[in-house]
Amino acid sequence: MKRILSLTVGFALLGAGGAYAQGTLDTVQKKGFVQCGVNGGALAGFSAPDSKGVWKGIDVDLCRAVAAAVFGDANKVRYTPLTAQQRFTALQSGEVDVLSRNTTWTITRDTSLGLNFVGVSFYDGQGFMVPRKLNVKSAKQLNGATVCVQPGTTTELNLSDYFRANRMTFKPVVIETLPEVLNAYFSGRCDVFTTDVSGLVSVRGSRAPTPADHVILPEVISKEPLGPAVRHGDDRWFDIVKWSLFAMIEAEEMGLTSQNIDQQASSKDPAVQRFIGATGDFGKMLGLDNRWALNIVKQVGNYGESFDANLKPLGFERGLNQLWNKGGILYAPPIR
Amino acid sequence: MKRSWLYQAALLAAAGLVLWFFAWNTAHNLETRKIASGFGFLWREAGFEIGETGAIAYGAADSYLRALGVGLWNTFRVAAIGVVFATLLGTLIGLARLSPNWLLAKLAGAYVEVIRNVPLLVQLFFWYAIISENLPGPRDALQPWPGVFLSNRGIVFPTPWSTPVLSGFNFVGGVTLTPEFAALLVGLVTYTAAFIGEIVRAGVLSVGRGQVDAAYSIGLARRAALRFVVLPQALRLIVPPLTSQYLNLAKNSSLAVAIGYPDLVSIANTTMNQTGQAIEGIAIIMAVFLTISLSISAFMNWYNRRVALKGARQ
Repeated sequence: MKRILSLTVGFALLGAGGAYAQGTLDTVQKKGFVQCGVNGGALAGFSAPDSKGVWKGIDVDLCRAVAAAVFGDANKVRYTPLTAQQRFTALQSGEVDVLSRNTTWTITRDTSLGLNFVGVSFYDGQGFMVPRKLNVKSAKQLNGATVCVQPGTTTELNLSDYFRANRMTFKPVVIETLPEVLNAYFSGRCDVFTTDVSGLVSVRGSRAPTPADHVILPEVISKEPLGPAVRHGDDRWFDIVKWSLFAMIEAEEMGLTSQNIDQQASSKDPAVQRFIGATGDFGKMLGLDNRWALNIVKQVGNYGESFDANLKPLGFERGLNQLWNKGGILYAPPIR
Repeated sequence: MKRSWLYQAALLAAAGLVLWFFAWNTAHNLETRKIASGFGFLWREAGFEIGETGAIAYGAADSYLRALGVGLWNTFRVAAIGVVFATLLGTLIGLARLSPNWLLAKLAGAYVEVIRNVPLLVQLFFWYAIISENLPGPRDALQPWPGVFLSNRGIVFPTPWSTPVLSGFNFVGGVTLTPEFAALLVGLVTYTAAFIGEIVRAGVLSVGRGQVDAAYSIGLARRAALRFVVLPQALRLIVPPLTSQYLNLAKNSSLAVAIGYPDLVSIANTTMNQTGQAIEGIAIIMAVFLTISLSISAFMNWYNRRVALKGARQ
């Protein structure tokens, strides 16, 4: 099936033409929705449909924020579930307008893959999960282990690097879809499952038959700044997605929430006045309505609200993903 | 005559123009999106490990080219072994379905109907689940034979120069048949054998009743009649459709990617994803499968000419 997809993507590149000449914003406005590429493996907390089939998660909230900024309606999004291997070609070929799929920002992806990362929506790092009964306390004890991993990820490369650097060997079992690779791990085909720590916490909380039977080892072996990406060559669209993310972070720093943003019209704070579009012309500069940021916060919420709604219930700590003035490293440039 | 030439030339020119347009448009789109192109990436360090590397020495420090070589070897290995076993099993099934033994014939019939009506991908998941979910972990491995260990890490056989020993997480030494390889091989063989069985049955039934009666009347037993009279004649009808089944088996081996067997498609997909060069990757996959398929076809056509009646129209 994936071969078919890759072929389709190949043909899309063969045939794609004028549609992008007029810019992604025009295309999006004409069709009336944002096509957003998300994690198809149902990664709880990042992007997964709930029991009613509504997509939820912080990656999904970014898609909704872009729709709120562009249309003033956060629901004008359509989702394309993608595997790790499908995601880049889907964005390159124009199948999706935004890729918001827990994707690590690296130099290769930013340059030769033809993507532009708009920023970091989640600071992560790669870790290892093992069954408690193996009694492993450190990743340094994993010599000779069989490791389940998904292909086409930075995870796969970091894994090789880590074992090479520590002069250890391992056997990879590489399976593409998240449900299948988790089956292999939970059935004992592998000793270890590795992915970003966020992913480990998420699957341990939502997929493990008994979460307490699995431990996440203390070593975090890489930097994984996860963020949304757009295609090269469309600066206007790049700006819109970038500032949609920044607006969510800035709103948290300014104390603006979906609950109180409506009462800010009378605020005397000039920064708040600029944010809600009462003064300044920042929306116009983006090619949008001046109430773009207000719509994002009102309909989607600020970064902290999104984190609390999606990740906190699964046991995530804010950690690095706290605001810069509260001990984390989240920092948005000023809206002015 | 002249006019038909003109039409042919016009058609060829039109096809060439379309191809040229696609090539130009692709190059243009890649250029405007600043996506890298060309085959230079093949010599860069791959950086990922491969679970089973077969006869080729490979490590993460080797090039993408070498990684793809490992993938090709894995595809070739499962396809070659699969063709042999599928032919043997398929022939047995086909003959069993014609057997005068009622139970045997019905069982063979049921096998064919069940197997060929379930999608191969589903069967692969089934075999993989059977192996990985039902077998014990390496520390509680079964020993069906002294020195042979059966666990959810596969079957480990001893070799004259190395005996498998449980060390840490897994067995070290010996030769391992992984669950991924086993599931893929069993899936491909059982699936293709169902089709081959029907081809063999059709071939045998095509041999005139008179031939069989003649064989019996000169005193040949059933088995000898089958071997010396029926099968040689049946082969003429069996070989051409059998070729398609071999081609199918080779192509179906690319479903390996779903259960984590590192075949060519799996490695090429990973390569495409790490380098972003989808068009080059797809081109490599297509070229390799075309080469494998044409080689099988060429060999089977040669064999077909050998078994065909002399002077028969091909």
